[in-house]
Amino acid sequence: MHELSLTQSLVEIATEHARRAGATAIRSITIEVGDLSGALPEALDFAFEVCRTGTLAAAATLNIRRVAGRGHCRECAADAEAAQLTAVCPACGALAFELVAGLELRVLELEID
Amino acid sequence: MCISCGCDASRPESHHHHDGEYDSDPHTLRVETELLAKNDRLAAGNRGLFGNAGVFVLNLVSSPGSGKTTLLERTLAEIGTRLRFAVLEGDQQTSRDADRIAASGVPVRQINTGAGCHLDAHMVGHAVEAFALELLDVLMIENVGNLVCPAGFDLGEDHKVVLLTVTEGEDKPLKYPQMFRAATLMLINKTDLLPYVDFDLERCRTFARQINPGIEILEISCRSGMGLEGWYAWLQAGVRQKRAGDQGATGCV
Repeated sequence: MHELSLTQSLVEIATEHARRAGATAIRSITIEVGDLSGALPEALDFAFEVCRTGTLAAAATLNIRRVAGRGHCRECAADAEAAQLTAVCPACGALAFELVAGLELRVLELEID
Repeated sequence: MCISCGCDASRPESHHHHDGEYDSDPHTLRVETELLAKNDRLAAGNRGLFGNAGVFVLNLVSSPGSGKTTLLERTLAEIGTRLRFAVLEGDQQTSRDADRIAASGVPVRQINTGAGCHLDAHMVGHAVEAFALELLDVLMIENVGNLVCPAGFDLGEDHKVVLLTVTEGEDKPLKYPQMFRAATLMLINKTDLLPYVDFDLERCRTFARQINPGIEILEISCRSGMGLEGWYAWLQAGVRQKRAGDQGATGCV
């Protein structure tokens, strides 16, 4: 549900940057969404259809780059995939697994006219 | 209208001055901006305001019905004369919770989020304008009952405190990890019901630490009063620390 406010933010960020660059329209917005960020790409897509209306992004497409979860263990120094949000190291089991990727929620770039 | 947050968000997009120099090739604009940047900026503003006033701020989060308002009522009744409290109540609609708190005589404001599933830093920043923050020790912000969405929205609090009840199942921390990762303290509430439910306290603690090894855990019953002394001690320690200028954890995810 919070994807709606995230999407409002993304349209706000994009239109603000586009306006400052003197753009007349935004063709596309590329965002980065971590698999463990708690935001659903499908829900962002859905909310975008609504939020872009009446803005410089009215005809824009939304490109979502997903980022897989990855972590590093402070105990055994393993670098491993993190399919879930957890502090348990998948290699040694220590409670020392720190996420290094997968929490991203970021506007990367715009294509503007 | 609002200088600090620029909340005249409805202003129309202006189609201005570049019509004559239209360039048919699109070009790429690097943005590199966090989606939550605006909320984080407003939350930092709130945190500065709370820090200057020396008020200890907690963001109470949980599923609906886990006893956040009852915890507040009991806390205000039992230590409301020792510490100066104010309360912000977040709900989609009604002022029922604020009315309950108002009965204690403590300053309270209700925030209705309408369709919104969480409080954000903008709402909180405006709602606290009603309080004389420098006259407070503790500001309690009761978030919308929701274990998912409020996790990502920093309000400027010192800590998130998550409530979990023994009727919900001990695996909630694994199923809703964002919230338990963001919280400093987990209160396991309604422990007076333990004899009637299959809830394994030890497993619950283990699950919570698998998500957040540093999380503090207290068991309480707002009905029987069991364990509340520990909660009050935790609160008072936080107030002392805040007054000493040591802000502790930021509450950021």
